[in-house]
Amino acid sequence: MTEATSIHASEHALKRLKKRHAKERRFKALGLLAIGLAVSALAWLLISIVGTGYKAFYQYDFTLEVEMTESILDPQQERDPDKLRKANYRRIIQNALYERFPDVTDRKAKRELFNIISSSGAPNHIRQMAYNNPDLVGQKLIITVPTSDDVDQLLKGNIDRNIDQSKRKVSDQQIAWVDELVKTKEIKAEFNTRFFTNPDSRDAELAGIASAFLGSLMTLFVTALLAIPVGIGAAIWLDEFAPRNKFVDFIEININNLAAVPSIIFGVLGLAIFINFFGLPRSIPIVGGLVLGLRALPTVIIATRASLMAVPQSIRDGALSIGASHVQAVFHHKLPHAGPGIMTGSIIAMAQALGETAPLLMIGMVAFLTEIPKSPTDPATVLPVQIFIWAGNSERAWVEKTSAAIMILLLVLIIINSMAIWLRNRLEKRW
Amino acid sequence: MTELKSTHPKIKFTCRDVRVAYSGKEALHGINMDIDDRGVTAFIGPSGCGKSSFLRVFNRMNDTIPGCTVSGEIKMDGDDIYAPDLDPVLLRARVGMVFQKPNPFPKSIYDNVAYGPRIHGLAANKSELDHIVETSLQKAGLWDEVKDRLKDTGTGLSGGQQQRLVIARTIAVSPEVILMDEPASALDPIATAKLEELIDELAQKYCIVIVTHSMAQAARISQRTAFFHMGNLVEYDVTSNIFTNPKDMRTQDYITGRTG
Ligand SMILES: Nc1ncnc2c1ncn2[C@@H]1O[C@H](COP(=O)(O)OP(=O)(O)OP(=O)(O)O)[C@@H](O)[C@H]1O
Ligand SMILES: [Mg+2]
Repeated sequence: MTEATSIHASEHALKRLKKRHAKERRFKALGLLAIGLAVSALAWLLISIVGTGYKAFYQYDFTLEVEMTESILDPQQERDPDKLRKANYRRIIQNALYERFPDVTDRKAKRELFNIISSSGAPNHIRQMAYNNPDLVGQKLIITVPTSDDVDQLLKGNIDRNIDQSKRKVSDQQIAWVDELVKTKEIKAEFNTRFFTNPDSRDAELAGIASAFLGSLMTLFVTALLAIPVGIGAAIWLDEFAPRNKFVDFIEININNLAAVPSIIFGVLGLAIFINFFGLPRSIPIVGGLVLGLRALPTVIIATRASLMAVPQSIRDGALSIGASHVQAVFHHKLPHAGPGIMTGSIIAMAQALGETAPLLMIGMVAFLTEIPKSPTDPATVLPVQIFIWAGNSERAWVEKTSAAIMILLLVLIIINSMAIWLRNRLEKRW
Repeated sequence: MTELKSTHPKIKFTCRDVRVAYSGKEALHGINMDIDDRGVTAFIGPSGCGKSSFLRVFNRMNDTIPGCTVSGEIKMDGDDIYAPDLDPVLLRARVGMVFQKPNPFPKSIYDNVAYGPRIHGLAANKSELDHIVETSLQKAGLWDEVKDRLKDTGTGLSGGQQQRLVIARTIAVSPEVILMDEPASALDPIATAKLEELIDELAQKYCIVIVTHSMAQAARISQRTAFFHMGNLVEYDVTSNIFTNPKDMRTQDYITGRTG
């Protein structure tokens, strides 16, 4: 057969071929466009978060000499830590500042001077030192404390120096002091360890994610303890041992429905059951974990069932045919085979729980807490709720804190998800 | 009922009016049949005639299929294997099964063979278990090929090796009967020849029932052949009679390739 006679080489066919190629090109272009859109949206998000968030990882600290004047702190000379705790450390800091700038005499100027330093952070810093070691009273100390959030923002370039001072939070006089202190290296940028070790605070320069991070860990621990064993057990029962009847069908349908229920509903449920009915305290990781556990249950069940169903029937038949019991066939063969899938599903369910916010608002894990929780029964909050709280603050300094907390949350999520992928790849190779 | 001209005196299974139904739809319509101990009994017949359904009656694997019901009387060595107090799990230790598609466990070769003895407590210690694994693999004709890589995974073997591994796994629990459902259909001619040789050997010690689509295979390895058609046992006789002198038209048509 020559080309000319082949029906696949006719003019008509060639035209159709051309059309088909054009269609393919169009489709590929659209696909690329879609990917491009998705990637640029993601890139934008990341750039805007990292672009503001990185500034929270360093902070301008003020190093100054303070005199722990005995007549102010301990006039009776008792050195009693409990009394020392109640002493006036603000005065000590003020005096240290006036010492540093002896020219300042005017009351208003004195107040402005005090405002360049963290107004609660600095006194509390030396308060803690004196409480830990009462012998420090009467001595001179060199301390490093955070500058106020306004000064920090000024030095980070977030406050415009060129506009009129009535329109910004730092006065010209304050800028002059700060510039001098920067020149003498008394104020300098340091890595912000407080962001990682401090609990939440009203003062942006002191706020950290430690309490929220620990709260997240404890909550997630309770969630995993509830959702993973119960979810896997329920899935095995449903898949292998449940009788086939209307009631079981009803349960199955509702588990799928449950996965689609908005998470806030689980918060309402948790409020009604755990707090109002069982009388558990509000705001504690146990309740949060239980609520998120209920939320994660359907996800774990569905993932486990999908993995179990993906195990070839022939494996089970093989086990049964040499006299394994049903339970043995499931636990010796199906479950190990489904293991990587179950593990991946569970980890992803935990990652979802880590990012869950709404149901925790319902059970009061949104409280403002300045203590680091020590156990799952202490009031706590979690990372996404912390982000929610900080995002609601209007001052400039909170913007970078919020972004930095988002960065930490994303980082944890990325680590968890990579762990899931790594585990799956690693375990699947064995089969 | 089809009379059996047996060359062996001992009968392993007696089946009376065996019916198998899936969700109420009958697939086997009252089978009466005796199966000899020792030797190979082959089931042949067109696709969908119920060979596999009948084979699964003997180790009660039909019980594991949702909606499948079995009725009638099936006795093994004179005992009803569907008696209410009989544990199908123990029955399956006595009646092993090899499937169409090789299905070794995704574990090491050693663990594949050792699994049955382990769950049935057949070995008192590690060396006894090693011994069972070795003799089973030897009987399955696989020992020489795998003795240096018992730790390798069973699914990494070739199809024919996998099928012999499955046979070793079955033999390891010391069954009396081995059921085989088209065991060679996924194998190439060389692996098939090896498997047939093995079946021939095993027939000295075990009662083997094999479903096959290959007429030639049935003729080569079986002593007795049963021809099924649309859920009925049409003809059951010594293999040479079935192939040289079939009594029923349907059998004749099938073995000469006119139907099926
Ligand atoms: N699990 C099942 N559920 C429902 N019906 C089934 C099932 N297994 C078999 N059947 C039906 O029972 C009948 C007999 O099937 P069976 O598998 O026993 O035939 P077969 O002779 O083994 O066929 P083949 O040679 O194709 O393997 C068929 O009509 C089939 O559709
Ligand atoms: Mg079949």
